[in-house]
Amino acid sequence: MDKFTTLTGIAAPMPLVNIDTDMIIPKQFLKTIKRTGLGVNLFDEMRYDRDGKELPDFVLNQPAYRDAQILVAGDNFGCGSSREHAPWALLDFGIRCVISTSFADIFFNNCFKNGILPITLPQEAVDALMDDARKGANARMTVDLENQTVSSSDGQEFRFDIDPFRKHCLLNGLDDIGLTMEKAGAIDSYESQMTQARPWV
Amino acid sequence: MTNPEITPRTLYDKIWDAHVVDRSESGTCLLYIDRHLVHEVTSPQAFEGLRMTGRKVHAPERTIAVPDHNVPTTLDRQDGIENEESRIQVDALDKNARDFGVEYYPVNDIRQGIVHIVGPEQGWTLPGMTVVCGDSHTATHGAFGALAHGIGTSEVEHVLATQTLIQSKSKNMKVEITGRLAPGVTAKDVVLAIIAETGTAGGTGHVIEYCGEVIRNLSMEGRMTICNMAIEGGARAGLIAPDETTFEYVKGRPHAPKGAQWEAALAWWKTLHSDDGAHFDKIVTLRGEDIAPTVTWGTSPEDALPITATVPAPEDFQAGKVDAARRSLEYMGLKPGTKLTDIAIDAVFIGSCTNGRIEDLRAAADVLRGRKLAANVRGMVVPGSGLVRAQAEEEGLDQIFIDAGFEWRLAGCSMCLGMNPDQLAPEERCAATSNRNFEGRQGYKGRTHLMSPTMAAAAGVAGHLVDVREFAAENA
Repeated sequence: MDKFTTLTGIAAPMPLVNIDTDMIIPKQFLKTIKRTGLGVNLFDEMRYDRDGKELPDFVLNQPAYRDAQILVAGDNFGCGSSREHAPWALLDFGIRCVISTSFADIFFNNCFKNGILPITLPQEAVDALMDDARKGANARMTVDLENQTVSSSDGQEFRFDIDPFRKHCLLNGLDDIGLTMEKAGAIDSYESQMTQARPWV
Repeated sequence: MTNPEITPRTLYDKIWDAHVVDRSESGTCLLYIDRHLVHEVTSPQAFEGLRMTGRKVHAPERTIAVPDHNVPTTLDRQDGIENEESRIQVDALDKNARDFGVEYYPVNDIRQGIVHIVGPEQGWTLPGMTVVCGDSHTATHGAFGALAHGIGTSEVEHVLATQTLIQSKSKNMKVEITGRLAPGVTAKDVVLAIIAETGTAGGTGHVIEYCGEVIRNLSMEGRMTICNMAIEGGARAGLIAPDETTFEYVKGRPHAPKGAQWEAALAWWKTLHSDDGAHFDKIVTLRGEDIAPTVTWGTSPEDALPITATVPAPEDFQAGKVDAARRSLEYMGLKPGTKLTDIAIDAVFIGSCTNGRIEDLRAAADVLRGRKLAANVRGMVVPGSGLVRAQAEEEGLDQIFIDAGFEWRLAGCSMCLGMNPDQLAPEERCAATSNRNFEGRQGYKGRTHLMSPTMAAAAGVAGHLVDVREFAAENA
């Protein structure tokens, strides 16, 4: 997993609320057995017509936002299924950070496993950043994970909260499984204790 | 950590405390996972990860694999899967299950079906367990008083490798449904009414415990319908405290404990309820009597209304929901002010992990007995498992569906998400017993109205959405 330290890039505005994982990556693209290559199908049904032609109104098809690395989105981003294909598709497109007032729990969790930083901010802050994102390609936001801040192109700074363990893993690009396997002793002793207490499990 | 001797605990607190393997200074825990369910769509990358790192499945005996999302539901499926990508995914599960030694129900096994129907049916899901699966509807298993939730593929790999998950504890939310349900009102109506009340983000960051007289009086099938859609209310997990109804359902299932172990298990299971005075961060109460047969009109499960209502206008909402409602109405091809009962349908889908169990099929068949689908309406019944299908056939339900003009299919996720060929055509409008009405969910530009099996069956006969209570009276 790539580290996430600081990111300065174009932010695309997606003010729609309840953007679900079926919108982010429709089911026909879940048939892959790989993690990569999904970027071209990110937001497929909003982004292309039935013949695969780009819909010019969709934000990521507009010249200013084709290289966006940040999304500023409406409430409850990523609701719906547990498909990790959603963060895989975002990452493959080049999105490393999503900013919203709220995220669905499973999507939120999946982001951290893939080096994507989901940032939750109050409505006023998201509104200000949404306005900033609407300015287009010349407006670049800066996300600083170490200092837990997002700065808009006009210098407004917003501080965000993050779980310290998740921050540590993102900053260092750490693999969860490796970390957990260091606790094999604790897992073994839990299992022997459980065999006594709940043998039917 | 709460001290169990002093502090009253919720059901969620109790299951959590019983599964903590390790606790970090920041409060993040390593939680032991008792059951891991695996299907073909969210697991190939996880098994590939194990291969690349030379890791094994830590506890194959706690892991169950079954293909469900991609499998065709037509009778010719033993001849193989036509779609190459789907076939590769199912073949990959087949190989992974055998290579890593996990319990596996292949496509042509009678026990095959939707993973959330198979787990409880086989007795894999038991009260007090932690259950995970790379699928958000894992919440279903909470009906047994098991802490069950969906995980992403990276976490699937983590559980395969370590039988644990790194977790931060969620908050406790209580949803109480008091009193009694009116005739014609089912578990599906209850959960849609709850989501209409709380919104699709109402449960975010929480584990919901459903309780109250209405919940107590539900069968296990009904309880599974409620917990299944906890995720549509934003909660990763829903819980219902186990009781005699639960124990009765579990007893005698292939993987349920037996003999002395049954007695020991039962003794522990009986302690699995929220203590008096336990703290809930959020409480929502609905009166059972206030709940009507409920349907969705939009493209979010929170867009649910009593069938007696009319299609709302965007101006009826506030903030970001105004634009979302406008977009939903355009997508759904609906005009504000239209009576919901005036919405004509083209298709009926009965099935899914929400409503694909035997009780659901019985309820739909009761409505359809001696009746036929309206002209121009197509219908599909997809049992949740091979065993549900066999049971329905033993009871003669298949013939009722076939006589009514429905297709009687083999088990799978089918048109709930349309990963197999079972899909809606653009602008085709469907009365569906599934769980999500998102844009494109059941097929590109397809239009989904969520409802109960009896409401879907009645809509199929009427040719439009209909109040099943009046339908029953008029057609008696």
